[in-house]
Amino acid sequence: MSIVWPVDVAPALADLTEISSQVDAAAVVDADGAVLGSTLAAELETERLVRAGVGLLEAATSRFGSSGRSVTQLEAALREGSLFVVREEGLGIVARTSAGPSSGLVLYDLRTCLRAVAATKKKSSKPRSRAAKKPEAADA
Amino acid sequence: MRKLLLFALLIGGLFYLKRRREAGREHIHLHFDDGSTVTLADDGLDAQPLLALARPAL
Repeated sequence: MSIVWPVDVAPALADLTEISSQVDAAAVVDADGAVLGSTLAAELETERLVRAGVGLLEAATSRFGSSGRSVTQLEAALREGSLFVVREEGLGIVARTSAGPSSGLVLYDLRTCLRAVAATKKKSSKPRSRAAKKPEAADA
Repeated sequence: MRKLLLFALLIGGLFYLKRRREAGREHIHLHFDDGSTVTLADDGLDAQPLLALARPAL
């Protein structure tokens, strides 16, 4: 698993942790599972979180998905806490919360974060507009 | 009227206890792109491998 930072996802993650007090940690990944950003400082911990989330999504899709449908969101609720995974617009987010979170609210906040990242990604991948054309016959 | 109130309290209490017990149990909740959802309780065989995958991250 590689950690690359081609898109600045820090503002979206900062907004997420500010809005959703239930989220302990979160990481945004691209379609290949490469980490785009994380709230965790430790790389190893980020990898553990992402590996669990991506593995969970893949396992759930292969077990319960079919050609017509795939898993887009999931919550694994354990005694120690909950793990959330949301996939949207070619991006994914894995988040860890304390035990007994308000699942609906957390999922909503995660989707909002992903949409903000997707908007940033679109903006950064857009070709820069050329400087205003010089009039060809300026001195004519 | 008093009996009706007691009955309503009893039903409400049972419903509350049931919800509390369910909330405390480990489970997996899946949402699909077609809008359907599936909940796997911890006593089912399907949930155990998925819960085991999530545990290291917590």
